[in-house]
Amino acid sequence: MAEPLLTLAGVNTKIGRYHILHGVDFAVPKGGITMLLGRNGAGKTTTLRTIMGLWRAAEGRILFEGTDLTKLATPEIARLGIAYVPENMGIFADLTVRENLVLATRERAPDARRLQWIFGLFPALEKFYALAAGALSGGQKQMLSIARAIIEPRKLILVDEPTKGLAPSIIRNMITAFKELKQTETTILLVEQNFMFAESLGDGVAVMDDGKIRHAGTMKALAADRDLQQRLLGLHLDAHQ
Amino acid sequence: MTAIPATKAAVLPKLQRDWLPVLLVPIVAIVAFPLIGNFSGWLTLTVAGLAMGMMIFIMASGLTLVFGLMDVLNFGHGVFISIGAFAVTLVVVPLATMVQADSVLANVAVLLLCAVVAMTLTGALGWAFERAIVRPVYGQHLKQILVTMGGMIVAEQLIHVIWGADPISVPPPEAFRGSVLIGDAAIERYRILAVAVGLAVFVAMLLVLNRTKIGLLIRAGVENGEMVEALGYRIRQLFVGVFVAGSALAGLGGVMWAFYRQTLTPGMGMEVMVLIFIVIIIGGLGSVGGCFLGSLLVALVANYTGFLAPKVALGSNILLMVLILMWRPQGLYPVAKR
Repeated sequence: MAEPLLTLAGVNTKIGRYHILHGVDFAVPKGGITMLLGRNGAGKTTTLRTIMGLWRAAEGRILFEGTDLTKLATPEIARLGIAYVPENMGIFADLTVRENLVLATRERAPDARRLQWIFGLFPALEKFYALAAGALSGGQKQMLSIARAIIEPRKLILVDEPTKGLAPSIIRNMITAFKELKQTETTILLVEQNFMFAESLGDGVAVMDDGKIRHAGTMKALAADRDLQQRLLGLHLDAHQ
Repeated sequence: MTAIPATKAAVLPKLQRDWLPVLLVPIVAIVAFPLIGNFSGWLTLTVAGLAMGMMIFIMASGLTLVFGLMDVLNFGHGVFISIGAFAVTLVVVPLATMVQADSVLANVAVLLLCAVVAMTLTGALGWAFERAIVRPVYGQHLKQILVTMGGMIVAEQLIHVIWGADPISVPPPEAFRGSVLIGDAAIERYRILAVAVGLAVFVAMLLVLNRTKIGLLIRAGVENGEMVEALGYRIRQLFVGVFVAGSALAGLGGVMWAFYRQTLTPGMGMEVMVLIFIVIIIGGLGSVGGCFLGSLLVALVANYTGFLAPKVALGSNILLMVLILMWRPQGLYPVAKR
């Protein structure tokens, strides 16, 4: 197992009077894709938002390359090399595709070679480069949201349910894109409900329920153990084939 | 770093531009023409309306960005207009000879100096106002209304203390007094200047918002501030910058308003706030383009109805707002929100 890039230790998050995360502990190894699975309301999105500092951890530590993220504001966390693709995609609808990408770069403009690589992954973005992002389809918006996260090399990318509401053909494109991204040795923490998607991409996996990590291990082991899937996720692989 | 490669224009779909709100301004002017009945009267009213609209736009543009970017209801914005107007006295009193000089250069220099002094003063006050009054009440609308109103009352009383309670007369510099004749229509020179300044501010704002990264950040921040932060930008600093710039613009608007009214009163900023709120609601909260069109529409409609039916003039802006919100409930150019 590679050394952890990100470690969560005893993370508790409260939103108003609701206590959402109850001592989350898990580690994301450097390189590869770690899947964060769980039922609706398990605390997956809250975990990602807490890592990004969008919701503050009430207790616990989140270590990223030795830096405690719980003490930093969101922009400082992003500047450490962490990108975030939220569940609602978070694209700027009034800005063009180009402007969305420019905003995600530290430089004055995106690197041309990297841009061409992204256009190779998501051809629709090149086609609609000068179009307002609000005019894109749901799948294209998701592509833009991911493109924005990878427009510059990042150490860690947090992705929240990228396949939500997408057509199977777009999901297949997305699997290809993530597999290519994996070759760049970028570390990805991916929240997902679609088990087939998770199985095809995941190296490691953590399963959440009721604001706690119930299981952590390899995706391969979880995919092979139907009883474990049934117990942790309330699903059987057959139902998804 | 290499530049972004050119995209294939041939495959780009056409952008759907929404021209309908833009057409409203000429439509209102054209509809008013037969009702007024003579060209010179119509031209005088139209230029007066455009001038007033431009001044309202200068005063309102900062507020709409503050409103859109941080969801802050700054009811104290009017005080920056008043202070900008009173800052005029800091220049025209010691430079009275330049104000009355028969030299366009000297007159323009006085105006520029008034603008610089007013914008510096109101920008600095805006920074202090944001830190002391607005910052503690982010996200709390009711408190924002109460606290910013309170701040405005205190500032108005300070104007009383510093400049006294009596109205102060400030005639515009010599070159901008009187009128020019276009046919039979007498167009006040100062109104032509107001139109020119308003257009310059609008074009400058469009260039900043569309051609610079700061502008991109402001537009993105108006839409989804949280995502801007997640991309690594400190939106709080951006907001302070916009608040200071908005206050400085209100100060510039105060200068233009002062020479237009030619009389300074501590409450002059507050008096115009109702119009400013109508304008930013009509335009769509956070939209500079909408604010520009809203300002022109409000001023033109007020001028035309003031001439045609003086008894309904007072309510014409409210009626305009109701009609536009019935047509577009989020304003002329609604800003996409997360």
